[in-house]
Amino acid sequence: MIRLNNIHKSYEMGSSSLHVLKGIDLHIEQGDFVSIMGSSGSGKSTLLNILGMLDNYDNGTYHLSGNLIANMSEKKAAKLRNEMVGFVFQSFNLISFKNAMENVALPLYYKGVPRKKRNLIALEYLDKLGLKEWANHMPNEMSGGQKQRVAIARALISQPKIILADEPTGALDSANSYEVMDILREINDDGITVIIVTHEHDIAAMTSQIIRLNDGRIHEIIRNGELKQFQKEYIHGLETA
Amino acid sequence: MFDIDIWQEILATIKKNKMRTFLTGFSVAWGIFMLMILLGSGNGLSNGVAANFMNDAVNAMWIWNGETTIAYEGMKTGRPISFQNQDQDIVSKVSGVGASSGRYFMGNTRYSYGKESGEYTTITCQPALRDVENLILNEGRFINQIDILQNRKIVVIGTDIKTALFKDSTALGEYVNINMVPFKVVGICSEPGSTRNRNAYMPLSTAQMIFNGSNKIHNLALTINASTLEESQAIEEQIRTALGKKHKFDPKDEGAIGLYNKLENYIQTMKIFQAIKIFIWIIGIGTLIAGIVGVSNIMLIVVKERTKEIGIRKAIGASPSSVIGLILLESIMITTIAGYIGLVLGTGLMEMINYFMMQSAVPATDQSETIFMNPTVDINIAVYSTLLLIIAGAFAGYIPAKRAASIKPIVALRDE
Repeated sequence: MIRLNNIHKSYEMGSSSLHVLKGIDLHIEQGDFVSIMGSSGSGKSTLLNILGMLDNYDNGTYHLSGNLIANMSEKKAAKLRNEMVGFVFQSFNLISFKNAMENVALPLYYKGVPRKKRNLIALEYLDKLGLKEWANHMPNEMSGGQKQRVAIARALISQPKIILADEPTGALDSANSYEVMDILREINDDGITVIIVTHEHDIAAMTSQIIRLNDGRIHEIIRNGELKQFQKEYIHGLETA
Repeated sequence: MFDIDIWQEILATIKKNKMRTFLTGFSVAWGIFMLMILLGSGNGLSNGVAANFMNDAVNAMWIWNGETTIAYEGMKTGRPISFQNQDQDIVSKVSGVGASSGRYFMGNTRYSYGKESGEYTTITCQPALRDVENLILNEGRFINQIDILQNRKIVVIGTDIKTALFKDSTALGEYVNINMVPFKVVGICSEPGSTRNRNAYMPLSTAQMIFNGSNKIHNLALTINASTLEESQAIEEQIRTALGKKHKFDPKDEGAIGLYNKLENYIQTMKIFQAIKIFIWIIGIGTLIAGIVGVSNIMLIVVKERTKEIGIRKAIGASPSSVIGLILLESIMITTIAGYIGLVLGTGLMEMINYFMMQSAVPATDQSETIFMNPTVDINIAVYSTLLLIIAGAFAGYIPAKRAASIKPIVALRDE
């Protein structure tokens, strides 16, 4: 599904350049539920952006469903994003002057689905996430948890293969965070690959695979079986902290 | 690109961003509105003044006799010059001179018909005077060549004379006594742009014969064919030289003969108006540029303000061209509608002023001098300037829109 081979990425910061990713090799299968962890500046968001084709990389290869993602035109990248990937952001990134239903329907607009049909589908998705009554509300009339659910509905509506979530619970309280994680879990159960970036251990612990980044490199990959061990470590970490 | 969806998308955006839309629209509408008013006023002013000139033929020239002020060929100054019939032939032989008419002044003359009588000015002339003074014939005919040749005792009277002497009865074919000599009325005329029509016109030859003028004329009225100031001045010079040769005065002597060249005056005034027009255009273009800058400014802000939205749209699958299209179409739509509103309001206001001026002008129809007339704008200019503003607005929007569309979505999303 996703195959990264020796990915390098650096940012120009004026005269100096910041080497953010220093050779990432990664293999994620269809249907995985992965979290990417790491301290700030470890390159986790950059990695997610490269996975989502929001950003390009300097060196290495990135294959998505067998296609090499490199030097694509903006147009082709946009089309691929539309078809393959759904994004969920920490700050929700809803369009403020559109109501919930219109926000959810927007990806279908770029797919060329007629207005009535896409609004109907959007309502369906909002219903799935328990927000049917809020369809005609503007984003600023909704709570953070509701906004994030709208954003998830928007990510799902184009039936992507992958959901990429950048700190999806970062702006939410714990109750809402767990709710969002439950939703992502359900999505994953339907066979969609879910990759989240988080720095919260309890959130990461709900995924089936944790990739820990440290200073632009993969520090360790904790798989399902080892999660218990991770949780122990996490509690230990809490105690020592 | 022109499917109904994109329009719905744009309409939804406009509806949710009323202030932004209003500001963009207002600067466009205001620019066009001011331009229309400026151009309209300029046109009104120049139309008004041009119309005043039209009261006489614009290429008219009058020559009258005077006294020499420069000693010439041994003769001292102060010698009076007088014109005879031959002088008219001399002048009309000068190239560039069109129709000409000699005039003999009779002073005030008493007109009587039945019990009515009055003092009026009699202008003795030849048929060509009608062209020089743009006389309007209300009834009958003007003096013709046969009248001149046969010294016919006929007269063309002004409308005021007709009203005073004949009241409501017909004047044509009747005989009026002029200084006790009966003349047949053959026409009734009026002068354009004048409320006083107290002049009567009589054949020059008849007047010379009856009222003891022999072959004297006092004044020559003529039209000249010249299109530039230089040409008309050359004709003036030739006339002075020709008459100077005959009457033995220095062609440079301004006093020997008087000469009024209306064309020269007209050309000079029109030059002033051309300058005013250029000035108005400069201001108008300035206004237009201000409008364009306003639109560009707002478009820059709009794109800046929408950077994040653009990022979101791109993240969920909008192609760069669809982003540019969205912003451009929105700006074109706003500028077009606003430009049209400004156009309608501006031309509407000028047409309204025009209408009220026409209305109020009715009671005093030929009220002599109006300096403001028909203050309207050529519709082509109006449409072209609106188009220019729309194109400029689109262009102004295109550059930032293109840049915004080429920003990586990740950068746009980070923009707070």
